Formats: sequence, structure tokens, C-alpha cells
Amino acid sequence: MASSYNAKEEDGQLSGAAGSGGVGAAKSKKPDNTAFKQQRLPAWQPILTAGTVLPAFFVIGLIFIPIGIGLLVTSNNIKEFESDVFMYYGLSNFYQNHRRYVKSRDDSQLNGDKSSLTNPSKECEPYRTSDSKPIAPCGAIANSLFNDTLTLYYINPNGTESVVPLIKKGIAWWTDKNVKFRNPGGSNSNLTAVFQGTSKPVNWRKPVYELDTDPENNGFINEDFIVWMRTAALPTFRKLYRLIEKKNNMIPTLQRGNYTLEITYNYPVRRFDGRKRMILSTISWMGGKNPFLGIAYITVGSVCFFLGVVLLIVHHKYGNRNNSAEIPN
Amino acid sequence: MDCSLLRSLINRYCAGEENWVDSRTIYIGHREPPSGTDAYIPQRYPDNRIVSSKYTFWNFVPKNLFEQFRRIANFYFLIIFLVQLIIDTPTSPVTSGLPLFFVITVTAVKQGYEDWLRHKADNAVNQCPVHIIQHGKVVRKQSRKLRVGDIVLVKEDETFPCDLIFLSSSREDGTCFVTTASLDGESSHKTYFAVQDTKAFHTEQEVDTINATIECEQPQSDLYKFVGRINIYQGQDEPIARPLGSENLLLRGATLKNTEHIFAVVIYTGMETKMALNYQSKSQKRSAVEKSMNTYLIVYLCILISKAVINTAMKYVWQSDPNRDEPFYNQKTDSERQRNTLLKVITDFLAFMVLFNYIIPVSMYVTVEMQKFLGSYFITWDDDMFDSELGEGAVVNTSDLNEELGQIEYVFTDKTGTLTENSMEFIECCVDGHVYVPDAICNGQILTGTVGMDMIDSSPGAGGQEREELFFRALCLCHTVQVKEEESVDGIKKGLQPCGKSSSVYISSSPDEVALVEGMKRLGFTYLRLKDNHMEILNRDDDIERFELMEVLTFDSVRRRMSVIVKSSTGEYYLFCKGADSSIFPRVIKGKVDQVRARVEHNAVEGLRTLCVAYKTLAQDEYESVCKQLNTAKLALNDRDKKLAEAFDVIERDLILLGATAVEDRLQDKAADTIESLHKAGMKVWVLTGDKMETAAATCYACRLFHRNTQILELTTKRTEEQSLHDALFDLSKTVLRHCGSLTRDTLSGLSHDVPDYGLIIDGATLSSVMKPTEEGSSGNYKEIFLEICRNCSAVLCCRMAPLQKAQIVKMIKTSKEHPITLAIGDGANDVSMILEAHVGIGIMGKEGRQAARNSDYAIPKFKHLKKMLLVHGHYYYIRISELVQYFFYKNVCFIFPQFLYQFFCGFSQQPLYDTAYLTLYNISFTSLPILLYSLIEQHVNMDILKRDPSLYRDIAKNSLLRWRIFIYWTLLGLFDAVVFFFGAYFLFDNTSFTSNGQMFGNWTFGTLVFTVMVFTVTLKLALDTQYWTWINHFVIWGSLLFYVVFSLLWGGIIWPFLNYQRMYYVFMQMLSSGPAWLGIILLITISLIPDLLKKVICRQLWPTSAERIQAKRQCLSVEPSTIFMLSQTSSNISF
Repeated sequence: MASSYNAKEEDGQLSGAAGSGGVGAAKSKKPDNTAFKQQRLPAWQPILTAGTVLPAFFVIGLIFIPIGIGLLVTSNNIKEFESDVFMYYGLSNFYQNHRRYVKSRDDSQLNGDKSSLTNPSKECEPYRTSDSKPIAPCGAIANSLFNDTLTLYYINPNGTESVVPLIKKGIAWWTDKNVKFRNPGGSNSNLTAVFQGTSKPVNWRKPVYELDTDPENNGFINEDFIVWMRTAALPTFRKLYRLIEKKNNMIPTLQRGNYTLEITYNYPVRRFDGRKRMILSTISWMGGKNPFLGIAYITVGSVCFFLGVVLLIVHHKYGNRNNSAEIPN
Repeated sequence: MDCSLLRSLINRYCAGEENWVDSRTIYIGHREPPSGTDAYIPQRYPDNRIVSSKYTFWNFVPKNLFEQFRRIANFYFLIIFLVQLIIDTPTSPVTSGLPLFFVITVTAVKQGYEDWLRHKADNAVNQCPVHIIQHGKVVRKQSRKLRVGDIVLVKEDETFPCDLIFLSSSREDGTCFVTTASLDGESSHKTYFAVQDTKAFHTEQEVDTINATIECEQPQSDLYKFVGRINIYQGQDEPIARPLGSENLLLRGATLKNTEHIFAVVIYTGMETKMALNYQSKSQKRSAVEKSMNTYLIVYLCILISKAVINTAMKYVWQSDPNRDEPFYNQKTDSERQRNTLLKVITDFLAFMVLFNYIIPVSMYVTVEMQKFLGSYFITWDDDMFDSELGEGAVVNTSDLNEELGQIEYVFTDKTGTLTENSMEFIECCVDGHVYVPDAICNGQILTGTVGMDMIDSSPGAGGQEREELFFRALCLCHTVQVKEEESVDGIKKGLQPCGKSSSVYISSSPDEVALVEGMKRLGFTYLRLKDNHMEILNRDDDIERFELMEVLTFDSVRRRMSVIVKSSTGEYYLFCKGADSSIFPRVIKGKVDQVRARVEHNAVEGLRTLCVAYKTLAQDEYESVCKQLNTAKLALNDRDKKLAEAFDVIERDLILLGATAVEDRLQDKAADTIESLHKAGMKVWVLTGDKMETAAATCYACRLFHRNTQILELTTKRTEEQSLHDALFDLSKTVLRHCGSLTRDTLSGLSHDVPDYGLIIDGATLSSVMKPTEEGSSGNYKEIFLEICRNCSAVLCCRMAPLQKAQIVKMIKTSKEHPITLAIGDGANDVSMILEAHVGIGIMGKEGRQAARNSDYAIPKFKHLKKMLLVHGHYYYIRISELVQYFFYKNVCFIFPQFLYQFFCGFSQQPLYDTAYLTLYNISFTSLPILLYSLIEQHVNMDILKRDPSLYRDIAKNSLLRWRIFIYWTLLGLFDAVVFFFGAYFLFDNTSFTSNGQMFGNWTFGTLVFTVMVFTVTLKLALDTQYWTWINHFVIWGSLLFYVVFSLLWGGIIWPFLNYQRMYYVFMQMLSSGPAWLGIILLITISLIPDLLKKVICRQLWPTSAERIQAKRQCLSVEPSTIFMLSQTSSNISF
């Protein structure tokens, strides 16, 4: 980007010229002659002309197109279940981002605060108390926890089904699991005792301290629960359900063949015209399969390149005319 | 102030209608007049407390809040805040309450502090001790306890505590000197006169015996007008009535000088003093930018309301399905269910309003105010506008109009003191056709021989000699100059006597008079002093001649002359009269009129100010009848001015012409250059002067208002005598329109040198007949034709103008159909009316006092400073504030439109897209400083170039940067960017994970992504607009972005104990840990910036403005030096 630079050194000169007139009494009222006050700070004065912007467009084009191609290729390669496979459940037409829903939670209760446990926030209404006992965890989000159970079976070539091992650790954000969500009374207390005097959310079958047998995944720090508590941005969303780890490098995580998905159907979606999905996906460095970014990069890159060419033409056709027209002035 | 006024009003009206009378009667020293005189209705007067403060301790909070919320913007934000408090709204009341609270508090603290200062000043004044006479003794009292009728004693250098009638003085002649510097800025000493019949009372005891009543009008605000009457009772006789005029009235705020002490009686107190009545605040002027801003605000308010309406309607359409309204997973509370539908609709509407209210940000007002306030310092600081002679720079009285300086289309300027120096120099005088030129250098001798350098007539005869001396004496006597003998140099010093005899200085409110008296001194007649009502003159033979000063017929601008009546030592009465030629010649019956007239005209063409001098002798009986006439006129309580004028008219008749004088008023430095620049910048310059046509025209030529090839159109009384006004107007308009019709295109393109441009000269009398509505109702026509002519003239000279006419002209142009922006510039009290009338009023810190400067919006030391003021400062302020306004709307469209779009994806539930902290801080801190600093220091073109090339000013004429087209462009750009942010994030989030560990993001990450892209785009957009990158710009632009990142890291990095939600915990970090988020952010920023960049480049290439051409030219020239050098400079600059 071409620029002209004018560091102004007239400042001193100016003060000399103006100051010579009235030195005596006038001096006190005379404004300071700093470059800032005289609006003569040294400055870089770039001008955006076709000539200077041209290279920028070409550079953007040259950088964006390869990135876009790279992204697209990565995105398209994702379907091969070579590496770790992620299992998601998806819901559509489910408004987790409804305002009444989003705010219906008590973060300090979830953080293990004892007083919030017995006296949850008003925001949790109408899921705040049940049978005049406080609900733990309170609020609409917790109350509507997704409670289908998904089990994946691989149908061996011999016809027998073997369970695909699903790992439920690492599906929630580390910080959520370890900092934001805390069981009341610390990590190694008796959860049943701690939650004494509270009531389970009305839609739940079992209380919060019976979500899992593993004490590291029970109560508020149950990862399924934490994942659900992170409200989705859009009405059609997916949430991470399980991980399928790659066992060894020789065979793919999910080998070619037939699979059976068994669903313990608890969660009603028909009532709001919703749909449920299960998604298996591998993840690259750029996440799941989403061609948008790649396409967008390629498009923007190409458009920039094209604009660069247009500007080049404009610059050559009109640029000289402009300059020659006004230099005689 | 309000309170006491109100109180006095209540007192008046509650006391009964009959108590409210036109005049008041004051018993001097509270002494009842002898019985048998008229019974006066007692009136109640306020005490002498001055209340300039607005608030008291307990009413400060409510009153100040009330005042602040009367501003429509504040009120709007208050309503939003209250809505947030009352109903369940998506955002916490803090988001709008905090900024509002901040703004209100800062304003309240500022106003409270100012008021506290006023209280302190009031107290100091009100408690200041004064001396009053009670029972023949001097008693000290606090100033606020003064009552009407008290007799006060004022000593030298004390300030008068209220409006007083001057009873007697320590000076023998019953005069005192007063300086009214704090009232009208005139630092010269003025003489006031004690009442004739009381001036003999010199001691406290004597004064206490005065038995008199004063009748005077109720207080009015005109400082120079006062009518009253004093009735003095002596024994049982009929009272003696004497007139009281403004020369007897000592005003509060003035200071006693050169007089040991005086006695005076209180007539107006406290808030009824003339000074207090003049406190009135000036009417608020609003700039064109502010008006467009308000229009835009209304547009945005409509957008806001329609957004809220659309969303509310959509919400009810959408949730008509009960499964959407209340799905099983998201039930309402009972109270929500039971709520009335209408109430629900209103609540929803208000909630949407609250959600979108940031589109009209409170911070815009704060930023605009700050920009104006801080920006105005650049004017004050400007070294180029500092005048070392005066020791002062430009003064900004209001910062509301900074940008209006860049929009001026008409400049109305005064001549004397504005275009010219108003430092008069005596050039010559002409007695009966003999021309006398004093030596330029005074050599300390008595200058007898400095006569007749340019003899026109043959040698003067014996009578000539006599006439010549009479002429000199006339000039020495006919004036109101005072002699100041001490060395002190406060105020304006004039003509310090160089000859060293005595160091006396002549002081007068009129510089012409000083020049004349000094000229006389150089011709051998020295005016020494006024002593005991005798004027003393040192004549050529070093003898002192004494003349008793009988009457002074003071100067006024209607009569345009003044006279004195003196009695010589031989007992003869003379009347000397001097004045404008037009007012003297008709009154002359004898003398060499033709020769003098020829010389006067010759001098006028040279641009000199001419005065004619005439005299007549009065016989004793004539003098007495004159006295009688004057006294009856002076005694009149009603219409005194009119009666006086009639008396003057009768007295100043049948004069004998003596001669004429010529005084030069030099042009101000660079006046011609300034006028030329203003012309080139597309402004029309009008000179409005009280001077005569020839002098004014000569000045106009000298300062290049008219060029040699300017075709002068005259519309003067002379012409309208020959031709009817109607015909004259039509003739002129034909001449003008014939040319302009064919050449419109050329004139529009600007510099059209070959086109004969027109200059119009019009005089006051003709102008008033043009403006006067005639019987047939065709006045509108005349005015229209006249305006049409003016529109096509590059320069207009209006001569023989009365002060009020100046304001009328300004108003006429201001309200003509194009509504041009006008600027009035002047230095004297007679310019105040037009300064107040014009859009921008500029005062010159002149020699005729500071009244113009005080009433102006900006005051500059010299006329030449106008050039930089308009071409540089005005231009800069305009481009800065227009960008500020447009950018503010733009960035808030970017901010709010994604929220609007999000409603379509969250069931119209008013779910905010961004976190509360982001909502609150977006306008306050993330994006506020770059635009504020931009609007303070942006310079698209170098200021030297702006000064050198005035035509650049045309670029921004007619509010060109705030046109609808540009406003719509910015709004569309904002909408486009908002759509890019929102849908970019939408597709990125579309049903997939974009982290490498497969975990999902929630709605807050979505909002944060949009917000991050937005903050960067909006800031970088400003960076693209910035054409003047100082280290400050680098600091605030990159600093703001850095601050945003640091803040977000911090905000999400901690479980904040005082918050009841932790929704932002680690959201920002998690987002940054994802590669696609980075790529997405970069992509979206690029997409949003490209269209604007493209538009800028293409427009510059294909349709460059003249500023852009200049930039390109400069670039071409400066590309030559080595690039490496420039790069090294740049890097050093950045590292600064």
C-alpha cells in the first residue's frame, strides 16, 4: 500500500515566527505550541487507490483459494471412519434457545452452592420446587434432559452382534466438567446425603445422584447432563453423545459392515413436530463435515481475484487519465 | 434567578392590580416627602440579592434530573430503563441503566460544580460590604441588605452594588468616571454626572438632609436607556423637578475610577438591576449536522419500532400453535399463563423495543458532545489564530457549532474594525478648500507651518486665517474625548503623547474622535482637559484658551452628527457641529460648500472616512431658547428620545460650513487575501456597513471584494430617485439573469474567471423600501427579485445600514428558500444583532469594546483568522462529525440487526444474541474510542493545502456528507455486514461441530462469534476510513481490539462470584481454540470489508472529489523519495 509520509518539522519554525511578536505579557496566554495542539502530529497518510488496493485483492485471492481448497478436501474426507468416531444425537425443531428456556437454570446451584441447592433461583420457575421441595437441578433445561439411551451393535459377518464400546468421558468441555459444574459438598461426599431434602426434576425418572454409578460422572458433573445444559444456538442442533475410540492403527474405528442402533425411546419429540437423529462422524482438525467454510473461501478468493482484475483494468483505463488531467492544474 | 423573579411577580400581582404601575417612586434616604404632595402608591422591591445560581442544596437533585430528562434523548433512555425495570425483559436493566447513569451523573456533577462556583460568586457578591448613610453616619452593611432608597457611599475602585442615581461626588464639578468593562467590555472611562441640584451635598450629614423623590421607569434591560425625574423639596416650596438620564445612572457592575468617593441613591436592586436583566441566556443555535442527526434518529426510531412490531406480530403468528408457544419442555408459570393477551402483546412489544434499543445509543450523544467540546480546544489552541499584539487567541463561546463553520454559504461582514483596523489616523483636513496635512512625524515643536501641501485655492486671506483657527478650535471642542493623565495602561491606549510634555492619553469610545483631536494637536491646537465644565485648549501661541461647555448634543447613528455649545471667554456662544457629509450639507447655509464637497468626495473615493465641520454663533437669547428646548425634551418621561431628536433637529440648523476632515482607517492585515479565499471557497461575501457608499466601495475594492472587472450594480437612493424602485429592480434582474442564464453551467463548475461577475451596492434606505411591504402586497415580489439579483452577485455591499437592518438582511437571506447557512462577523456593538441572528456569529476582539465578542459564538482576534477558521477548522470539523454520525449509526445497525435476525431462529422469544457485558460495553468501550479520536484528529487533506486551495471547501458544501444517499449507503452497508456476520456464523454452526475434539458450542459461543467478527469489522472499517494515522490512531484502534480480546478472556476466564449466571465461562477461549472459528472470523471480516473498500476505490478512480485529486497529486509528488526511507519513517512512527 503506497503512502506518503510527512513528518512536519515546521513546528519549531512556526513558534519562532509567531512568538517573536509578543513576548512580554502576551506569553502567558499564548497557547502551547505542541504538535498535538497544532494538529500537526506526524502521521502516516495512506490513500486507498485502485493501484494500492489491487495487490491486496490479488493477495487475498491467492491466499483464500488454496485455503478453501484445503478446507473442502478435509471436509469431504471426513466420512471415512478412520480415526476416532464421534456419536451425536440431533434434535430438530427444539428451541433450546428460547429465552424462557435459556434463562431457566441456576448456575450457582450447578456450581455446588449449598444455599442455592435448597433455595434455587427464581429464574427456574416453574421448575423451581416440586412438592414444596426445591428441585435439584432446577429449571427447564435440566428438566428436559435428553434421556434416550443409544446403543450401537456391530453385526459380525457371522451374524452375532457385538456392542461397540461407547466412551462417555470427554464429551463435555473440560472447564465445564471441572470448574463450572460442581457437586455440592465437594467431589467425594455421599451424593445421596447431599441431595437430601431436594426433589428430582419432575420429568426425570431418577434423581440427579443416580445418573451414573461412576462417582466421577454422577450428580451435576454427569457429562451427558453438562452437554445438555449448554443450550444450542439454533433450533436444529446436535449434541455429542459418545466417543468411539480407535483401538489400533491397522483397522478402522468402525469397520465396514452392518450395524444396529438400539434406542431406548424415552424422549418425546412428536408433540412439537421434532425429529431425532443419530450422527456418527469423524472429526478433522477443522471439526465435523461442513463444506461451507471451504466453499466460502474459494468463492471469496475467486471474487477477490476477479475484482483485482477489474481494478487493474479500471486503474489502467482511468487512472492515467485522471492523473494527466489534473497535473497541469 | 427564576425564584426571585417569580417572587417579585407574585408580590406584584398578589398585592393587587393597582399596584402595578409603569414607574416607581423612590424616597431618597426613605424620607417621606412633605405632606400635601401626591400620595404615591407604595411598591415593594426585591432586596439586593443576586442569584445567578440555578439550584439550591435541596432542589439540586430533583431539579437537575428534571432538566436533564427534558432532553428528548435522555428521556428516551430513561423510558427504556424503566421498561426494563418493570417488565421481564431480555436484557438486564444494567445494560441501559449503567450508561444512562454514567451520563446523567457526569452531567450532574459538572453542572453541580458550575453551580457551586456560581453560589460562591453570588455569596461573595451578596456579602460584600457596602457603606450606606443612616442618620448622617456611614454604616457598613452587607450588599444583599441594600434597599431601594438607601443612600450609599462608593469609594474609588469599588464596584457599584446596584443601580444608583448619582447624587454627588468628591469632585467639584459633580462628575465621576466609571469603567463599564464588566458590563459591555468597554474599558474606556466614561463620565457620569451628578444631579445638578444635589451635587453640592458633599458630606454624609449633608447628603442625609436631601429631601427628594425620584420617579423613574420600572427596570428594563437596555443598558443605555434610562428616563427618570427627581423632585427636590426645599422647605414648603413647590418641588424642583430635574430630568434624569442614563448619564446620572450608575450601573451595577461598573467600577468607580479616578474619583475619591460618590454618594448615590439606590433605585434598582438585586435581580432588577440592568446587569441582572441582561443575564438572559442566548438563544440556542443548532447546527445543520445536528438537524440531520435528529432526522436520522427519527428514521432509526421508526426502524426500531417497525422491527419491534414485526417481531411481535411474527411471534404471535408463530406461537399460535400451542406446541410452539408452550412445548412440554418449556412451560410457562401460572402467572404467565393467566396474563391478559393485550398485556402480553404490549409486554412483548416493549421487550423487543428494549432488545433493539441499542440501535439509538446513549453513547452517541456523549461522543458527539465530547467531540464538540474537546474539538473546540483545537481552535483555542491554534497558534495561527493567536494575535501577539492582543495577546489573545481565538475564543470558543459555544462548541455546538464547530461543524457549521464548514458549511458557510454567506458571510456578512462589518467594515469598520472588521475589514479595517479601526485604528484611525488623521490624514488631512480641508478648510474652505485649503488642504492641511500634518507632518507624519511629530518633532516636538509647535507645528505652525504645516500648512497647505496641496493648495487648491489661492493663498488664504486674512479671513481665511481666522476661519482656519475656528476650524481647529471646533475640532478641539466638538468631541467627547477624555484625557487620561496617568501612566496606567488598562484599556485601549491611543496616541500616547510623544512630545513628552505630559503623558496624557486621549480616550474615547470613537477612535475617529481621538484621531481628530490628535490631528489637531499636530496642527498646533492641543486639547488639554475638561475642568470645571471648561474645556482648555493650548493654541499655537502656547496660550491656554478656555471655553465653557454649555451643552453636548451627543452623537447618534440616526442623526450621524454631534454638536457642542460652548461659551468663549469673551462671552460668545458657539455651536460646533460635526458629522457625516450627508447630514451636514443639507443644514449648511453658508460656506464654500462646493469646494469642500469636492474634496470630501475625492477623499471618500480614496477610502478615507470623512467628516464635515460646521458652526454657528448663538446670541444670548437664542442660546436660552435652545436651553429651554433641550430641557423640556430632557425632562420628558415618555418619548424622551423622540423629543430630544426633534430638539436637536431644530437646533442644528442654519450652519456655516467650516471644512472637512479625512481620517484613514487602514485595511486589516490580509483582509484581501481572506476575502478572495472565501470567494474561491464558494461563499458569498456581503459587507454591511454604516459608512457612506463611496468610502465603503473604496474599501471593498481595496480588499478585493470587487475586482476591476466586477460589474457594479447600484441600487441606491440616487438611482431610485431617477427611476422607481420597481423599474430599477427589474432592470437589474434582467441584466443579471441574461448573463447567468447562459452561463449557469460555468458558474456552477466554480472558477469562472472569464464570466463578468456582479457586485451589488445597495444602501439602507433602498433596502428598507425593498423589504417594506407595500400596499398592493407586491412586497414579496420585490424581495424575491432582490434575492434573485443577490444570488447572482458574488459580492454585495450594503452601506448606510442601521444595526437592526444588518440583522434584517441576515434574516432575509437565512429564511430565503434555499435556507443557506450564514455567518456574521463584526466587532462592534452595532454588529451584535446580526451576530445573534446568523447561524454562526463571529466576533472580532476589536477596539470598540468586547460586546460583539461576548455575544458571538466564536471570537477571533483578527479578520484574517476567519480564513483558517472556516477553511481548515470548519472543514475538518465537518468531515469529522459527519463521519462520526454516519459511523455511529452504521456500527449500531451492525450491532442490532443480527439480534433481529436471531429472533427468527429462537421463536421470537427476545433471546439476546450477545451477553449482557457485550451489550453494555459495545458502545461504551469496545468501539467508542477509535471513532472519538478519529473525530478529533482526522485530516483527509493537509491543512496547508486546505488553506492554499479554498475551492476544496466546495466539496463539503450543502451538508454533502450527510445527504440521504450517503446515509442510506451507510445503513445498507451496516445491514449487509450484519447479514454477513449472522449468516456466516449460522452456516458455520449449521448442525455440525467445528472443534477438533468433537464437542459442541452453544448459543453464547454463537453470539460471541458474531460479536467478535463485528467488533473487528467495525473497527477495521474505521481504520480503512482513517486517512491520517498518528500514533494516537494506532494506539486506540489496535488498543481497542486488544482490549476487546483481553476483556473477553478475562470475562470468560473466571467464575464471577457476584453474577448469578456463568454463561460466558470459557466461551471465548473455547471458541479461539477451534481452528475453523479463526478461519471463519477472518473470512467474515474480509467479506464485510470488501464492498466498502471496492466502493471507495472505484469512486475515487472514476468520480474523484477535488480533495481526492489533491491527495493523488500529493502522492504522485511524494512517491519520488525512496520508499525505504518512508518505510523506516513509518516504522519509527508506529513504535512511538
